[in-house]
Amino acid sequence: MRCALPFFAIVLTGCTGPLSTLAPAGPVAEKIAWLWWGMLAGSVLLTVLVLVLVVMAFGPPRVVNPRVWTHRLGLWFSLMVLSVTLGAGLWVGERILPRGDAVEVTAHSWQWGWRFGHPDGEGGWRQVEGELHIPAGQTIEVRVTSADVIHAFWVPRLAGKIDAIPGRENRLRLRADAPGIYAGRSAEFSGTGYAGMTFTVIAHDPADWPAAIAALSKDAPDD
Amino acid sequence: MTDVSPAAGPQADTAATTITLAANPRQRALRLHRELSQVWANDRGLWGQVTAVSHTTLGLRFMATAFVFFAIGGILSMLIRAQLATPDGAFLDTELYNQIFTMHGTIMMFLFAIPMLEGIAIWLLPKMLGTRDMAFPRLTALGYWCYLFGGLIMLTALLFGVAPRDGWFMYTPLSNAVFSPGINADVWLLGVTFVEISAIAAAIEITVTILRQRAPGMRLMEMPLFAWYMLGTSAMMLVGFPPLIAGSVLLEMERAFDWPFFDPTRGGDPLLWQHLFWLFGHPEVYIIFLPAAGVMSMMIPVLCRTTILGYGAIVAAILALVFLSFGLWVHHMFTVGIPHMALAFFSAASVLVAVPTAVQIFAWIGTMWKGNPQLHLPMYHILGFFLTFVMGGLTGVMLAIVPFNWQAHDTAFVTAHLHYVLIGGFVFPMMAAATYWMPLMTGKRRIKGLGEAAFWVILIGFHGTFFIMHLTGLLGMPRRIDVYPDNPEWIWLNLTSSIFGFVLTIGFAMYAMDLILQATLGKRQSRDPWQAPTLDWAMPLPAPNYNFASLPTARHLRRDAREVILPLARGEGVLAGAPRGQREFLVTSVGDATPDHVAILPGNTALPLALSSAIGAFVLLMLASLYALAGLALLPVAALIWVWARGMAPQDSLHPVEVAPNFRLPVHHHAMTSLGQSGLFALLIANGTLYASLLFGLAFLSVVTPGPEVPAATVGGVPVVSALGVLAASLVAAQFATADQSATNALVALVGNLVALAALLSVLPFLDDPTAHARDALRAALAGYVGLHVLVAAGMAAFVFDQHRRSEVTATQQGAWPACRLWQRYTGAVTLITLVVAIAQEVLT
Repeated sequence: MRCALPFFAIVLTGCTGPLSTLAPAGPVAEKIAWLWWGMLAGSVLLTVLVLVLVVMAFGPPRVVNPRVWTHRLGLWFSLMVLSVTLGAGLWVGERILPRGDAVEVTAHSWQWGWRFGHPDGEGGWRQVEGELHIPAGQTIEVRVTSADVIHAFWVPRLAGKIDAIPGRENRLRLRADAPGIYAGRSAEFSGTGYAGMTFTVIAHDPADWPAAIAALSKDAPDD
Repeated sequence: MTDVSPAAGPQADTAATTITLAANPRQRALRLHRELSQVWANDRGLWGQVTAVSHTTLGLRFMATAFVFFAIGGILSMLIRAQLATPDGAFLDTELYNQIFTMHGTIMMFLFAIPMLEGIAIWLLPKMLGTRDMAFPRLTALGYWCYLFGGLIMLTALLFGVAPRDGWFMYTPLSNAVFSPGINADVWLLGVTFVEISAIAAAIEITVTILRQRAPGMRLMEMPLFAWYMLGTSAMMLVGFPPLIAGSVLLEMERAFDWPFFDPTRGGDPLLWQHLFWLFGHPEVYIIFLPAAGVMSMMIPVLCRTTILGYGAIVAAILALVFLSFGLWVHHMFTVGIPHMALAFFSAASVLVAVPTAVQIFAWIGTMWKGNPQLHLPMYHILGFFLTFVMGGLTGVMLAIVPFNWQAHDTAFVTAHLHYVLIGGFVFPMMAAATYWMPLMTGKRRIKGLGEAAFWVILIGFHGTFFIMHLTGLLGMPRRIDVYPDNPEWIWLNLTSSIFGFVLTIGFAMYAMDLILQATLGKRQSRDPWQAPTLDWAMPLPAPNYNFASLPTARHLRRDAREVILPLARGEGVLAGAPRGQREFLVTSVGDATPDHVAILPGNTALPLALSSAIGAFVLLMLASLYALAGLALLPVAALIWVWARGMAPQDSLHPVEVAPNFRLPVHHHAMTSLGQSGLFALLIANGTLYASLLFGLAFLSVVTPGPEVPAATVGGVPVVSALGVLAASLVAAQFATADQSATNALVALVGNLVALAALLSVLPFLDDPTAHARDALRAALAGYVGLHVLVAAGMAAFVFDQHRRSEVTATQQGAWPACRLWQRYTGAVTLITLVVAIAQEVLT
């Protein structure tokens, strides 16, 4: 595993970017990225296997046992591979399930923008447009809502996406391992302003976070 | 010993005769050809194209039209790629860009893929099954015109800049009247629904043709695999399209009349649209893939000089796919906030569907091992299929894994995946099929070289465009954005995709050029160029409109086409020539294809064009928001349907027909179960699914949807209950009346239905305002559904009464009675269910 790391380092430099799912900066995104690399490796092997079998088919007729192809390869082999994949998927899914305590923030979307609400520790909420302030190293639960059409809350380097659906409230958990600025955007087509429907997530050192929230203006617009 | 299905009951003892249907005396092939050509040919000139109902003509026309739409969709994709080639593309403005990508998806799905597979099925199935046409030739033509007119409406909208712009799956609320004012979204909802008439028509025909028109002795488990694939496809179309049609009608009603089915502030739910859309949308993927897999299963053994490996396993895989594909629509909705357990279930189902696909792929490779693959041009495209589709399938499995889906959903990764699946799983097989069957379509030999070059350019262009698009998506680029100024890391990826996209387009142009050159300049091809063992090649090239001068029997099956061409052309099969001067073919039983009766077909007619024009007028008036006039426009539609049905009335020559020496069969007017009845049964399956979709909506809104309290029902009480009582009673009366066929009973049924309709109308004023709450809107929609069915039942009773008046109903001739009876039962059943559901809902809340 150790010797594989330099290889991955080289690959990963081509995979960076502010919205890259392959440059994870939090545990949820990281687990999903590993899932991807595993599935990619398996897929490469399977593609090569099938193509080799196709190429080997060219030549004189052979005596074949039909059940080897339809049952052993078609049914059992594929079932085995798929079960492993599904198992891995469920395992990762289980590990990123919302459990335990989390800092709650809100993300409200509309055509075309985002407003984020942060608890100020005094029972009130501080709202700001386009920026979500979170403490690094802590689990955050984002409550996602929409005022008009469907949008989606997505910070690729931290976690997967969740839709913002009018009439519902969805929840998404994420965590940033280190302080920093992470790009986010809507990932559900919403009309002419869709391309520009971006936001940033600012992860603060946990000690600085309350001050950062307090610095946000209190008289933000109401919902 | 032999597997006799219950449907074949009365004919069970003729099963033995099937095998030994004696050969008809040999005649001169040329004389037979002339006789048949005269009866089966299209009329001359342009008018002949208007009145044509022949499956050969219409199948080719479906495919040619679909190819034109493919070219238009392709041009739109080039505009998209031009826009995305640079991060600040100023090539298109956002509004236009949105219209273009929406139309690209819509055209490729609804105006290319579906009509293309309908076309190949319509053109090929009768030839493969050993018959002369599809079950309902006029319906084929109607489907074509509805497809063409619906497509033209959408293209016109694009030219005038009012095309749909909300993405090809039209998620609401973005597509509702508030966020999509103007007619853009209406163009999609009405246009696509108009086009889908052709899909339902084709599905009905394909089902009936496969089940009841196979050559005598061709049992289900012996029919060519393509027929199995198309049977699976048509079953899926019958059940898959109605949810989309239901959703489109509801969304259009919300836009037009403010009935809030999907409005969360009034008890509706935007997710209901997504469920209805993907209930169609996922099976749709397999509806497109199965016909492609069907042509692969026909071509691979022939091109490898062997027989297919694992026929039974492939049939089982088809059935499994049909079944499983309806259980995984939710994987398009993994990010909408669905409970974890449900996600696991749908994830498992989505993964499981790869198993039957794998069975087929390994069966094809095994077939290649078994035989001696020859690198003819179709084989190139088959190899292109293996390379592309396997990769697309694997990324599909990845997307079925929920955590990964949360990252990849709605990114370029999905765009890449779906193009690998659709171009790999549909376009490559269809290109193989076109080159394989071109000699049968045109009678010409291809010009060597260009086809191979086109293949390589397409292959390189395709993978160059879409392979790196996986990475683009993983680096975070969403679908459907038009600029990306803040993401320079996507520039080289997009530029590469755009460049290869143009290479791909050049490849498709070369491919089209190859087909055109073959059709125009190719030398004459001799018969049976691939030395195939199937009936589609057991006919002259190009295929004549009547297909077979005499119809093949058990004796002609499972033999090389070249051995049976001549006997069939010389009239040694059954039902030789057209001695009665009318279009005839043999109808057989569902299970083991014993001869049942002879169907007489309608000839060339402009009625399909007239009827589709009348429907088109209705669609245009709806688009123009002239709803009252649109209602009136349904009168000519009803009148033309009446005329259509009159066209099926018996005229003369109703004596049994001697199809083989000493073997007579009745004509279809005297048959126990005519093709028309089978067709109506298939229609009712689709119709029942539509009704079930409405009930699904009702259940979904009452159980799953959060949202405001349902306002208390304003009225119940005596008038409503008594009117509903009259409704039920009169329908029961109509039901009983249709049990026996007499003029009086027809009249009773007519009056019963009219009374029921009046009772239903009298309830309407007491119903709650449908604009107030989604529940009330759905109730009103259900009432409308019941009312429409009662109205049609009344019309059918009137039609039967008219038949009695004309003395067309006799002891041996049932006229339209079976259809009337079936419809009446269905109407009674849905009325009863609707009443029970409404009462239950009232009691439970």
